[in-house]
Amino acid sequence: MTEPATRAKQQEMAQQLEKLRPQLLKYATLQLRNAAWAEDAVSETLLAALERPQSFAGQSQLKTWLIGILKHKLVDQIRRNSKEMSSTAEDGQELDDELFHPDGHWRETPQDWGDPEHCLRKLDFMRVLEACVEHLPGQQGRLFMMREWLELDSEEICKALDISATNLWVMLHRARLRLRECLQLNWFGARPPQTKERGGAL
Amino acid sequence: MKLRPNCREVTELVLLGEERPLSLGERLAVRMHLLICKACPRFLKQVQLMRKASERWRHYSEE
Repeated sequence: MTEPATRAKQQEMAQQLEKLRPQLLKYATLQLRNAAWAEDAVSETLLAALERPQSFAGQSQLKTWLIGILKHKLVDQIRRNSKEMSSTAEDGQELDDELFHPDGHWRETPQDWGDPEHCLRKLDFMRVLEACVEHLPGQQGRLFMMREWLELDSEEICKALDISATNLWVMLHRARLRLRECLQLNWFGARPPQTKERGGAL
Repeated sequence: MKLRPNCREVTELVLLGEERPLSLGERLAVRMHLLICKACPRFLKQVQLMRKASERWRHYSEE
């Protein structure tokens, strides 16, 4: 027979898992770009969590633990479905010709983005970054997430997806240029230069 | 690696540097170019900012 105190704890855990599920699903979808695989990875994560119950000093610690499990489940899903993870026409588009003259010079000089600490402290900036990652073409998005969010190195990514290092680097090159363009358009170009914001002290 | 790459080639090397360590020759070519170019140092700073941003975002996703 389960003691009432334990039951109450289990109910609380169930509620917390339910509350965190949408966030797990968001990152799983960003990584896998496939709703069904993402659902599976999150279900596997929650099942694993229920099988290894631990106590946490709050929602934040629980989330950190769950994200850690999710990352392993996502790598499993990637290995399992790697054959179906391929590039689309959108993944193949080059941004370089839009950025450079045929002689290799910039068409438009890159903007000064200012002091990184300025934007990095802002939650709004994190949201824009997240939206920009979401808008990457499918395969570019997966590879970028594997590199930056799962923190896998080139070798691990190439092995999991059975692609060449050159292919990976070309795709990440495109992903980073797209991300740069998206941030320029939706953050840095969308607000006044930071030097003007400083005011006061000058 | 040629000693005097153009901006397009330098951005390619800068981005490649995010994926693997650059060779000595590659590093030298980039550094030489950054001395004489006004645009590419800005691009380099943008890439560095994006690297920090990804890291910050990862931490934010885990909290």
